[in-house]
Amino acid sequence: MGAGGRRVAADGGGGRTRTLSRNRVPHAVESAVDIKTRAPAEKSVRVRRVKATDIPQVVALDQQITGIGKAEYWRDLYARYGKRRLAERFFFVAEPSGKRAGKNILGFVIGEIRAWEFGSAPCGWVFAMSVDPDTRLHGVGKSLLDAISFEFRKAGVSKMRTMVARDNRLHLLFFRSQEMAAGPYLQLEKELD
Amino acid sequence: MKLQVSTRLAIFALLHLAGRPDEQLSVSDIGDKYGISSHHLAKVMHALGRAGLVRAVRGARGGYQFSGNASRTTLLDVVQLFEDWASPHAISGIDGRTNEAWALSKVVAEIDEIAQATLGSITIATMLKLIDRRRHEQKRST
Ligand SMILES: CC(C)(COP(=O)(O)OP(=O)(O)OC[C@H]1O[C@@H](n2cnc3c(N)ncnc32)[C@H](O)[C@@H]1OP(=O)(O)O)[C@@H](O)C(=O)NCCC(=O)NCCS
Repeated sequence: MGAGGRRVAADGGGGRTRTLSRNRVPHAVESAVDIKTRAPAEKSVRVRRVKATDIPQVVALDQQITGIGKAEYWRDLYARYGKRRLAERFFFVAEPSGKRAGKNILGFVIGEIRAWEFGSAPCGWVFAMSVDPDTRLHGVGKSLLDAISFEFRKAGVSKMRTMVARDNRLHLLFFRSQEMAAGPYLQLEKELD
Repeated sequence: MKLQVSTRLAIFALLHLAGRPDEQLSVSDIGDKYGISSHHLAKVMHALGRAGLVRAVRGARGGYQFSGNASRTTLLDVVQLFEDWASPHAISGIDGRTNEAWALSKVVAEIDEIAQATLGSITIATMLKLIDRRRHEQKRST
């Protein structure tokens, strides 16, 4: 045994004061568009489809988190996931349901129904998800994932998948907490010379 | 990957206590459930106490209580208290001087990294959810 008296950090280094309500979108979500939590209006989170006017805020949020500005990439994603084939492509944003001035987009999630890649039956794929660092740990991520899961189920698939970087602890902790576990596929790669 | 007995006992004890936050349980209460000797478990509980994950409560109804943060304490946090996992190569224990050993250590390091990422992403709270789900499934099938 090598316990050595080391203490385990109890708050995960977070310790941020909570400003939003911790009320969560209930498991049985009524609709993915205009989903509201049961919290008081100005404190709750609303998840809806992205609009063209949200894209600058999405770009800014992504740049804040990844350190890379990719306006063109996000405009292209909006064109492909925010406007076309909406029954199988989902680009959602979360905002406080009581309107407030300034920053309104608290986070986003993007996913789609994918079928028959390496023999996989149709499933819901989540391929991008971020929440504003100032509003993390208040259920925004869960609201976004609940909304997209609801749409996947409505589209007739019963499995949801994602692929996250092994060193992205936040993504891993989050998806695990939502009861996602390793699936039957392994990601492989090589340098092309 | 094989976890030492102490590591497994520590995880069982933490899950048992974290799932019953209002109860104080003695070493023999926990030991009886998992068929573990009180002597071995007492050492494990002491180490968990030093890490701030459990608290000993004195008195007639004394015992141990979970005192960590269930949604922030990962399995890796617990495993690292008992296993010597300073770096992936420490886990594999392979000397990379020959090319053959280098190739094998690359594979073992890959497995170790996946194991660490997995253990580091699962919290006590997530484990309790898994246990709860199984309990419900068992209830439904009886
Ligand atoms: C992952 C992420 C989306 C989670 O969003 P969030 O709004 O903070 O998540 P929620 O508040 O809904 O958390 C739900 C659960 O996830 C788990 N979780 C989330 N953050 C966690 C953390 N820092 N530590 C431990 N568990 C955590 C918890 O179990 C939490 O439930 P709890 O608060 O009841 O304990 C957010 O942390 C994020 O955007 N991270 C950066 C993502 C990134 O790198 N994007 C760029 C590449 S695409």
